[in-house]
Amino acid sequence: MIKLDNNAGKEDLVMAKLNMVEALNLALREELERDSRVIIFGEDVGKEGGVFRVTDGLQKKFGAERVIDTPLAELAISATALGMAIYGLRPIGEIQFEGFLYPCFDQIINHIGRMRNRSRGRFTCPLVIRAPYGGGIHAPEHHSDSPEALLAHTPGIKVVIPSTPYEAKGLLLSSIRDPDPVIFMEPKRIYRAIREEVPEGDYTIPLGKARLVQEGKDVTVIAYGAMLREALNAAEQLKGDKIDPEIIDLRTISPMDMETIVTSIKKTGRGVVVHEAPKTCGLGAEIIALINEKAFLSLQAPIERVTGFDIPVPLMKSEHYYLPNAKRIVMAVKKVMSF
Amino acid sequence: MSLFEDYDPLKGKMFQILKPDGTLQPGLKPPIEDKQTLALYQKMVFIRTADQRGLLLQRQGRFGTYAPIWGQEACQVGSGYVLQKGDWVFPAFREIGITLMMGIPLKNFFVYWMGNEMGSRAPEDINVLPVSIPVGTHIPHAVGTAWAAKIKGDKIVTISFFGDGATSKGDFHEAMNFAGVLKTPTVFFCQNNQFAISVPRSRQTASATIAQKAIAYGFDGIQVDGNDLFAVITATKEAVDKARSGRGPTLIEGVTFRFGPHTTADDPTKYRDNEEIERWKPLDPMVRLRSYLKGKGLWSEEVENRMTEEAQKEIDQAVKDAESFPAPKPEEIFEYVFAEMTPQLKEQLKYLKSTL
Repeated sequence: MIKLDNNAGKEDLVMAKLNMVEALNLALREELERDSRVIIFGEDVGKEGGVFRVTDGLQKKFGAERVIDTPLAELAISATALGMAIYGLRPIGEIQFEGFLYPCFDQIINHIGRMRNRSRGRFTCPLVIRAPYGGGIHAPEHHSDSPEALLAHTPGIKVVIPSTPYEAKGLLLSSIRDPDPVIFMEPKRIYRAIREEVPEGDYTIPLGKARLVQEGKDVTVIAYGAMLREALNAAEQLKGDKIDPEIIDLRTISPMDMETIVTSIKKTGRGVVVHEAPKTCGLGAEIIALINEKAFLSLQAPIERVTGFDIPVPLMKSEHYYLPNAKRIVMAVKKVMSF
Repeated sequence: MSLFEDYDPLKGKMFQILKPDGTLQPGLKPPIEDKQTLALYQKMVFIRTADQRGLLLQRQGRFGTYAPIWGQEACQVGSGYVLQKGDWVFPAFREIGITLMMGIPLKNFFVYWMGNEMGSRAPEDINVLPVSIPVGTHIPHAVGTAWAAKIKGDKIVTISFFGDGATSKGDFHEAMNFAGVLKTPTVFFCQNNQFAISVPRSRQTASATIAQKAIAYGFDGIQVDGNDLFAVITATKEAVDKARSGRGPTLIEGVTFRFGPHTTADDPTKYRDNEEIERWKPLDPMVRLRSYLKGKGLWSEEVENRMTEEAQKEIDQAVKDAESFPAPKPEEIFEYVFAEMTPQLKEQLKYLKSTL
């Protein structure tokens, strides 16, 4: 078992190989311990520990007053999170699947994202809404969407998507401590797919900053969430073609880190944006517009998009048609390289 | 027997103390001293006068669209009277009464309706949220705040105001259900003013009363004469005391009538005939208070004129103050979106300034 050492400096942090679910659980556990204002609530988060076990064991440790099973009502979960936040708590609401996040959109768009602005700073919403998102787990309908662009289009909220266990913990801690509302979207497809060393104890990863995952000189591949792994797989395959991609993990979808993207494109002159969400009006469109505004003269080729399609995510027999993969990224990279 | 048992909404009895003719229901007493009644009547005069001024300012193009309270003063003055300083108010958008009762300066209220969000910034020690325009969406906020207070062990009460139309929304249902399950210190105050814009109360719900909906959520509901200041005070006090002492939420249905339009953008003659208005006129909350106070020797035309004059003076000053409130700079619409402006917002602000 991992030894808890709250006084450890970062270099002395106890490490354990964790998957993303365990890393998120650790982040929540430590934050419940550190900050008495933190409250976790949602459907099945208590006794059950969440359908994906992200809150496993937390109710047992912190009690049913801090890790709370609510009635089955997503709108009310998001709305009461607002009510708690304006009163000074740090609520973390869980929405079981992103497909059930839509009833919260009224609250997120009309109230949560606007409260600070509408009250001119008098009432604020430092809250987190966590939701697993994305396809690839052979789930039923309404369990595989990627609605991040809908949220990124909403003023006043931040949208964060981690891509590895280490990232997940650091980004979640930053999200909980952020003075503004954060929608924290968890790529459920890689919940248990990656294990890496995750330090015990406190560390944060700043919001609004992308991560340069791999330096390269030929082409910039921008991805996030479960798609980062596909981008890395593509990079492996591209080695044989002597193509050296630079890979950026966006981390924060909104506000996006313009600087890291633009700096990289200015260096490589080429780019591919990857996301699982539908193509039209997706993040890719925004990123390309941004590059046009700020780095047009550096471009050697039009930026390519590798995305989902403008269709409802299919059920498992056809899901593989939908999901972007390393092969499609390789094809897109080769296309921009040969322009 | 408690008040809520006596007036179990399924028995179909509306709670009333002061009858429309200004006399008391047999066996019932006012909850406040006559001097206090006069003071609250004066508040109502002030609110009605300020509300009328709002309508006028809109007609003159000095206000944006405005939603007048006219007719619903007793609901808000009565409930506001029993709230304490640390309590939290979640208004809909017809809430000049409760806003002023909680101590928000009239100037602020005017600043908002003149089109400046700064008017929605409640002073630090007053917990009144900005108005909620999407109908009913704020009702669960009051439950969240009450829940937070309960978790922290604070003895505060939250109250949300909404209309009969809002009770058709899922937000109302989810809020009531959460409040019932979590036993939050929340008061749900429905001002049933008979119309949701043009759609009458009978088209909102097949329930005989709105109050009876509380029963399905496992807590008390009561239908009160929302035009009877005494009944509103008594029922709200009971609900607020109950909430404060940890005994959970209450739904109050105040039966009232909106004499004015839904908003200044609406023409009520399209959906409401004059007969209906005439039928409600004698039930006006101020008419019966006048009769009551007159009977006590506390009201006369002279008193009324003095109150109105004083109100007009104060309102004149508030209009003046609101109109001389500094115009917003371009920064203002960007700097409150997040705690810190994002690079995107900084860039957009810079652009905006370059176009001015």
